[in-house]
Amino acid sequence: MKKILAMLLAGMMVFSLTACGGNSGGDAAADDNSASDNNTPAADEGDTGASGEAGGTFKIGGHGPLTGPAAIYGNAAKNGAQIAVDEINAAGGAVQFELNYEDDEHDPEKAENAYNALKDWGMQLSLSGVTSKPAEATSTSHNDDRIFALTPSASSTAVVEGKDNVYQMCFMDPNQGTASADYISEQSLGTKIAVIYQNDEVYSSGIYERFAARAKELGLEIVSATTFTTASQTDFSVQLGEAKNAGADLLYLPIYYTPASLILTQAKGMDYQPKVFGVDGMDGILTVEGFDTSLAEGVMLLTPFNADAEDERTKSFVSKYNELFGETPNQFAADAYDCVYAFKQAIEQTGATADMSAEDLCEKMIEAFSSMTFDGLTGEGMTWTDGAVSKSPKGMVIENGVYVGMD
Amino acid sequence: MKKLFSPDRRDYTISFGIVLIAFLVVQVMIQTGNITSSFKGQLVPICAYIVMAVSLNLTVGILGELSLGHAGFMSVGAFTGIVVTTTLADAIPFAPLRLAIAMAAGGLFAGVMGVIVGVPVLRLKGDYLAIVTLAFGQIIMNIVNVLYIGRDENGLHFSLLEQRFTLAEGGKMIINGPIGVSGVSKLSTFTAGFVLILVSLLLILNLLHSRTGRAVMAVRDNAIAAESIGISITRYKLLAFVVSAVFAGMAGTLYAMNYSTVTAAKFDFNTSILVLVFVVLGGLGNIWGSIIAAALLTVLPELLRAVNDYRMLLYAILLIALMLFNNSKLKERLFSGRHKEVE
Repeated sequence: MKKILAMLLAGMMVFSLTACGGNSGGDAAADDNSASDNNTPAADEGDTGASGEAGGTFKIGGHGPLTGPAAIYGNAAKNGAQIAVDEINAAGGAVQFELNYEDDEHDPEKAENAYNALKDWGMQLSLSGVTSKPAEATSTSHNDDRIFALTPSASSTAVVEGKDNVYQMCFMDPNQGTASADYISEQSLGTKIAVIYQNDEVYSSGIYERFAARAKELGLEIVSATTFTTASQTDFSVQLGEAKNAGADLLYLPIYYTPASLILTQAKGMDYQPKVFGVDGMDGILTVEGFDTSLAEGVMLLTPFNADAEDERTKSFVSKYNELFGETPNQFAADAYDCVYAFKQAIEQTGATADMSAEDLCEKMIEAFSSMTFDGLTGEGMTWTDGAVSKSPKGMVIENGVYVGMD
Repeated sequence: MKKLFSPDRRDYTISFGIVLIAFLVVQVMIQTGNITSSFKGQLVPICAYIVMAVSLNLTVGILGELSLGHAGFMSVGAFTGIVVTTTLADAIPFAPLRLAIAMAAGGLFAGVMGVIVGVPVLRLKGDYLAIVTLAFGQIIMNIVNVLYIGRDENGLHFSLLEQRFTLAEGGKMIINGPIGVSGVSKLSTFTAGFVLILVSLLLILNLLHSRTGRAVMAVRDNAIAAESIGISITRYKLLAFVVSAVFAGMAGTLYAMNYSTVTAAKFDFNTSILVLVFVVLGGLGNIWGSIIAAALLTVLPELLRAVNDYRMLLYAILLIALMLFNNSKLKERLFSGRHKEVE
C-alpha cells in the first residue's frame, strides 16, 4: 500500500515536471533561430587585434528562469540580450559577442549549477542572474572566480554588496521604495496610503520596507499594510476590504503585475477606486491575457523603460522584439539589451581583447564601469558606484491603454 | 571475500564500497584536474541528497511510515547551522570544526522537531504521519519566512513577524524574514560531505543490523505480532523517525553551508517529494540503492543541459524507465544471478 502511494506521488512529480517542460517548449523555435544567427563572422578579426585595439568574440553567459513560474522574466532578459548581440554581430565591428543563457528555474541551487556549466563553456563576461535570489547565490561565485558580472534585473542589495566585480543595470530594491515615497510626497498624490505587498518575495518586501521607512520620514500616512504570499495570490478581497475601510485614497502596490492585475479587477468588483501606484514590476500589466486594460486606466508606476517612447532606439528595439518574439518587450528585456551594449562600450573603452583571461578582463571591466557614463534604453547618463547604478526612474501613467510620461 | 558478501554483511560492503570508490575516483579527478566545474559544483549537494535519501529510507523503507516533510527537517538543520556558524565565526576560526559543531546543532534541533512531530502521531495506526509531516514541512517554511534573527555585540536578537529589534553598530542580520539568508561564508567541502555520508551509513546500517533494527522491522511487518512479544511499538517507531530527522538536519546544514544564500522556500513540498523519489527509485529499504539513486538523479538534470528544452521531458521519461526497470523481471534476473555466484 505504501509502495503504491509512494509510486503515485512519484508519478505526480513526473507529471509536474513534464508540465514545466511544456511551458518552455513554445520558445524552442525562437531559440533555434537566434542560435543560427549567432555565427561568428569576425572571429578572425579578433586574433589580429591583440594589442591595445579592442576586438574579438567575447563569450557572454547568463542564467535566468527559462522554465517555471518566473520564466516570463528569464525569457524576456534572454531575448533582449539576444537582440543586442545579433545587432552588434550584424554590424560587423571589431567587438563580437556570443551569448549563452542557461536555465536556473529561479532556484539558487540550480543557478549555481547553471553558473558552473557556463564556466565550463568558457564564459568571459556574465549577465549573472535575472531574479534576485539566484543572482545572489552566484554573485559570490563570480567574485571568487573573478568573472565580471552585470545583472540586468537582480535588484536586491545583497547581489552587489561586498563584491567589487558585480554590477547592476536595474535600480536596487530599496532605491525604488525611497523613490516611490519621494515621488508620492512631491506630487502629493495621496494622504492616506494602503500597501499590499508579497511578503515571501525579496523584491516586494525589500521595496516595502524602504518605502515604509521613507514614508515615515516624509510624514506620509500608511493606513493599511497587508500581505499575501505566492500560495495566496488568488484572492485579495480581505486586503482590499481593509484598505477600503481604512479610507485609503492611494493604493501602493510594490508587486509584480500578475497579482496586480487581479487586485485591480477585484477592486473594481467591490466598487473601490483609489489611485494606484506601482513600481517596475507593474510594467507588463497591459499585456496580461484576458485583463481588461481599462481597469489599469490612471495607474501610475515607476519604471526605467517605456516601450512607447518615441526615440529611434526604443522604437527599433520594440519593433524587432515584436517581430521575433511576438510581444511587446518589458523592462527586463530592455535591461538585458542595455547590459550587452554597456559591455561593448566598456570593452571598446579599455581596449580589451577576447583572448584575455576572464580575470584580466574583469579588472579592465571594473576600471571601465567605475568611470564610464552609459546611455541606454532604460536611462541616459547612467553611472555606477559600488556596483549600483544611478539613473532616475520615470513616472508613467496609463492613459487610453498606453504609458504616458507623468512629468 | 565470501564473508564480505554474506547476506548480513552485503549491505555494508556494497554501500561503503560505492561511497569509497566514488570518493577516490573524484579525488583523483580533482588532483589531475580532469573535472568540470559543473560536476565539481554538484559534489556537495550530491552528498547532502545522499544523506537525505538514506535517512528518509530509514523512515519509509525500514519503518514503513510515509513521511512527506523530510525537507522540513532539512530546513531546520540548514537555518540552525547558519545561525551557529555565524555566531561562532570569531570563537572558532577553524572552519571544519565549526561546520561539525553546526551539523551537530542542526541535527539536534531537527531531532527535537522529530520528537515533537513523532510523539503524538506515531501512536496512531495508519497514514497519519504522511499528513502531519506534510503539514510540518509547510509550517516550518512559513515560520522561517517570518523569522528575524540578528547578531551584534550584545548577542543574538530574535523576533517573529516583523523586525522588532535594532542592531547596534556593526551588527548583522542572520535570517532576514522572507529575504532569507545572504552572505553566508561557504564552509561545506566535498570531504565534509563524504565524512557525513560515512557517519550516517555507519550509524544507520549498524542500527538496521542490531536488535533495535530488527524490532523496527518487526513493527513494520506486523505490528500486532511485534506487540505480542513485548516490543513497544511507539518507542521503536519514534526512535527510527527521530534518527531519520537528525540526519536530515545534518544534511540540511551541509547543504546550506554550500551556498551563500538560502531561502525557506527551497525546502518545500517539492524537495520532500524529490527525496522520496530517490528512495522509491533506489528501492524501499535498500540503503545502497538510495545512494545510487540520489547521486544519479541529482547529476542527471545537469547532464541533460545539453539538450536544452527537452531536458525536463527526458528527465521524466528516464524516471519512468527507472521505475519500470525496478519492477521488471530483467532486474530480478540480473540480481538473482549475481547472488547465486556469490553464494
